[in-house]
Amino acid sequence: MPNLKDLKNRIASVKSTRKITKAMQMVAAAKLRRAQEAAEMSRPYTERFNAVMAKLAASVGDAENAPRLLRGTGDDKVHLLVVMTAERGLCGGFNANIAKLAKAEAANLLAQGKTVKIITVGKKGRDAMKRDYGQYFVDHVDMTEVKRVGYADAQTVAANVLNRFDAGEFDVAKMFYSQFQNVVTQIPTIQQIVPVDTGDAEDVDTGTFYDFEPDENAILAELLPRAVATQIFSALLENGASEQGARMSAMDNATRNAGEMIDKLTIEYNRSRQAVITNELIEIISGAEAL
Amino acid sequence: MAETVQFDLVSPERLLASVEAREVLIPGAEGDMTALPDHAPLITTLRPGIVRVSGADGDTEYVVTGGFAEINGQSISVLAERALPRADVTKEDFQSMVDEATERLNRVKEQNADEHGLIDDATKLLHDMVAVGHHIGMSPN
Repeated sequence: MPNLKDLKNRIASVKSTRKITKAMQMVAAAKLRRAQEAAEMSRPYTERFNAVMAKLAASVGDAENAPRLLRGTGDDKVHLLVVMTAERGLCGGFNANIAKLAKAEAANLLAQGKTVKIITVGKKGRDAMKRDYGQYFVDHVDMTEVKRVGYADAQTVAANVLNRFDAGEFDVAKMFYSQFQNVVTQIPTIQQIVPVDTGDAEDVDTGTFYDFEPDENAILAELLPRAVATQIFSALLENGASEQGARMSAMDNATRNAGEMIDKLTIEYNRSRQAVITNELIEIISGAEAL
Repeated sequence: MAETVQFDLVSPERLLASVEAREVLIPGAEGDMTALPDHAPLITTLRPGIVRVSGADGDTEYVVTGGFAEINGQSISVLAERALPRADVTKEDFQSMVDEATERLNRVKEQNADEHGLIDDATKLLHDMVAVGHHIGMSPN
């Protein structure tokens, strides 16, 4: 039986752990609200942007002279995987799930004899991927200093990807992130970013004929890099919300577990205390009887 | 003819304005244009400049750094790279826009020294940015 002092210390330590996890949960809840608001605010832009992109792509079609970013390189050999995770842990399976999906995709591509290159965004994903796929890393984007994800951050990532595309380093780029469903569910997702996917051309209202200034191709050439940045931006925002949601529910669980542990330890503590008292009484009584 | 048209100004980070406008001045890449209700459908890219919206409660001006605009009979949407209400533009904001343009020009000069088109574009971008500064009474350091 552990002695009373040890038990007391353990209870105190679990209590302080519970305080910390509780605090982290509340911080995550506050951050989650902010992250959701940010995602909400970016939606009007993304929606309109995609609508315009679809119109443009429909009018350019699969023409020979369409920009390379839309058409692709015509090849499917080198795949670039952009793995976006959090900078911090303690958020349940969030980072692990994204890394798992990315690993599965990488393994799949390698099995098909394709070349894989990996860019990681966020430290945790890098750590998770390093052991098995470290040799495929080509770059890492550090987000440690970023408090609130801004469009500029997305542009940095996009510029990185696009420069590599212009240099002919890959044919297809996909990104991995987590879609935010609600606090308990985040869905790890794969999304193709290069060549730019403009969605189904069928939903596009082709009744209106637009004038273009300058011409279609010039606009398209300017918009496509932005389309990549916009997609990355909304993925980063989704990811931010998912991370906080995952952390919130992980910390909620931790707090509850700590509570249960405290209850168990308290019962054990009380029992031991009782046993000590009983022992002392027996000693006194048997001492008195011996006289 | 419709009196007003739905006008939306959005940047990637937020929706800046969504109002009924009588006319909107747009700094198109090939020249300024004023869009009135029932304008012919048009998609244009923007250069850095001022978007002026004339609505029911007077004119509002926004500084935009580029992006594009979609105009059709029912609505005008300006999707700006970065947009700020003119009154909110601080010296720092403006300086960072100019710095960005300057940096871009330098980068283009370094990397594509033989492609004059690109250099001209970047130079023009910087000039436009500085012109915006003059218009709102600021000059880069």
